[in-house]
Amino acid sequence: MEKISVFEGVAAPLKRSSVDTDQIIPAVYLKRITKTGFEDGLFAHWRAQEPDFVLNQTIFQNAEILVTGPDFGTGSSREHAVWALRDFGFKAVFSPKFADIFRGNSGKQGLIAGVISESDMEAMWAAIDANPGIQAKIDLPAQLVTIGELSVSFEIDEYTKWRLTEGLDDIGITLQNEAAIAAFEAKREAWRPKTLPAKGV
Amino acid sequence: MSNKPITLAEKLWRDHLVVKGENGAPDLIYIDLHLIHEVTSPQAFDGLRLAGRELRRKDLTIATEDHNTPTQDIHLPIADLTSRTQVQALRDNTAEFGVRIHSLGDKNQGIVHVVGPQLGLTMPGLTIVCGDSHTSTHGAFGSLGIGIGTSEVEHVMATQTLPLAPFKTMAINVEGTLRPGVSAKDIILAVIAKITASGGQGYVLEYRGSAIRSLSMEGRMTICNMSIEAGARAGMVAPDQITFDYLEGRPHAPTGAEWEAAVQYWKTLQTDEGAVFDAEIFIDADKLDPFVTWGTNPGQGVSLMDSVPDPSSISDSSERAAAERALEYMDLRPGTKMKDIPVNTVFLGSCTNARIEDLRAAAAVVKGRKKADGVRMMVVPGSAMVRLQAEAEGLDKVFKDFGAEWRFAGCSMCLGMNPDQLGVGERAASTSNRNFEGRQGKGARTHLVSPVVAAATAVRGTLSAPSDLEA
Repeated sequence: MEKISVFEGVAAPLKRSSVDTDQIIPAVYLKRITKTGFEDGLFAHWRAQEPDFVLNQTIFQNAEILVTGPDFGTGSSREHAVWALRDFGFKAVFSPKFADIFRGNSGKQGLIAGVISESDMEAMWAAIDANPGIQAKIDLPAQLVTIGELSVSFEIDEYTKWRLTEGLDDIGITLQNEAAIAAFEAKREAWRPKTLPAKGV
Repeated sequence: MSNKPITLAEKLWRDHLVVKGENGAPDLIYIDLHLIHEVTSPQAFDGLRLAGRELRRKDLTIATEDHNTPTQDIHLPIADLTSRTQVQALRDNTAEFGVRIHSLGDKNQGIVHVVGPQLGLTMPGLTIVCGDSHTSTHGAFGSLGIGIGTSEVEHVMATQTLPLAPFKTMAINVEGTLRPGVSAKDIILAVIAKITASGGQGYVLEYRGSAIRSLSMEGRMTICNMSIEAGARAGMVAPDQITFDYLEGRPHAPTGAEWEAAVQYWKTLQTDEGAVFDAEIFIDADKLDPFVTWGTNPGQGVSLMDSVPDPSSISDSSERAAAERALEYMDLRPGTKMKDIPVNTVFLGSCTNARIEDLRAAAAVVKGRKKADGVRMMVVPGSAMVRLQAEAEGLDKVFKDFGAEWRFAGCSMCLGMNPDQLGVGERAASTSNRNFEGRQGKGARTHLVSPVVAAATAVRGTLSAPSDLEA
């Protein structure tokens, strides 16, 4: 995974709360078996039905930073929601509250899910509205996002931050514990189920 | 080891801890059972291949096809090319990695969360994961069922563990006796309406109290299933004799001395006297009505006896805005009686409410009656086995005589990945779990209901309780 430190990109406001993953990418777009190419499904219903939807506006076509209302990414566990955001070009999403599974999925894919206060969310929306197309600067090590004169700090858990800044792969980290996993397995009770050999077939 | 009283969730965590995380790192937790399906696994298998990694425990892994499989003409090749490709990818991947699979047409095929319990693979005291948020269903057995994303699916395939941050715990106390016509679905819809669709975030919920204890395993599964709709990572019910009776004799349930050892351990899986939950709520089962949603998230629900709420009465500004937006999408006006809302479609199915007990309850309501004109009712059993059992009991005939469509098993119209979708502007009473915008089809409107409310609604054509029907 690529190391993430400081970067800049156009910030787009998504002024909605409770954006569930069915809105981020409807189920009909989940049938691909590749890990890329999901950008066409991103907010597909809203992009199709609402001409004024934020990502339909030319100035936000290349947005890389999304500032959204609370309860972003609720519902289905589909990691495709993160892939769709990433494939569209987003590198960071800021919200006062993320659903747990979405936040976890983001961390695995190098998408920053930064938690901000509601007042900072309003201030970021205002800063973007005052100057649409403005670039935001993200400083992951310092946990700071800067839009023009506005500087806002965001929360991200220490472990995810460390992994993202170091560009580390989760599986690789876990496999360093091979001996502990094997020891755990060795004392696993006999009654615990096994799928093989198959019974009841 | 300290003797501090701890909760059920904390016991499961303790008993699956492989490595304790230090300096802010998550704990490494062992996974007992990994369920997979066609939608969230292909990229995980690809990841293993690219990294040259093995699937560590194929004997703790099982696959089924459910999300985008058709529910009619299942003997034919899947018509939709992308769905067919995805299902074929699962068949190829499971063959290559030696994973057991129950494909369309197999008697053990069905919705992954119905298949695990019916095979006896789901049992108390396990950690169970699946690339599906409704994995919380399995918590009904006193196990920790966690929905995960595809990267985590790959992680479990490669290591049989997951790095997880500890959860907080919340007790959901439901005391009393449900009135006739009120069921497990109404309890969970009332819970979510009370704590909101994000109120469970960061928590494992433990459902407790006399109303929960008296529920069957099917009812407990319905409740745990929708824990994620309150934002929780998991939901649980402590195992008891009802759990053991459900499990005993199932294909993968332990036998002989192993059964005895298991039950002895399972009986310890209770929250200790004096253990403290991080949060606690209370629901009075005696006073509960059938519940139904009016909005576009599962927390936007009311008693079926009530009316569509007025957003201007909501004090929180973002909740008020969400309610206004929901009413616009749902094409509803404040003050309209819920029972005056007409539907085009009734969907009886999904991992929430498509087990045999759900089908029996709905069949008892529609038996000898005729479906309302202009209403379409689809009955989709949760698994091929449930379908077979229902047919053995003659339930298929009851539904067909009533005018409903009798389908093959799968996720179906719960999420409309297969051809079972609602059209733009269509309105459904659905026994599924999500009333999100567009969930059951682009522009479609969903009211979440229990199986008996679904059945009564199909009789009258408007949202109804069984008590609204003439004798």
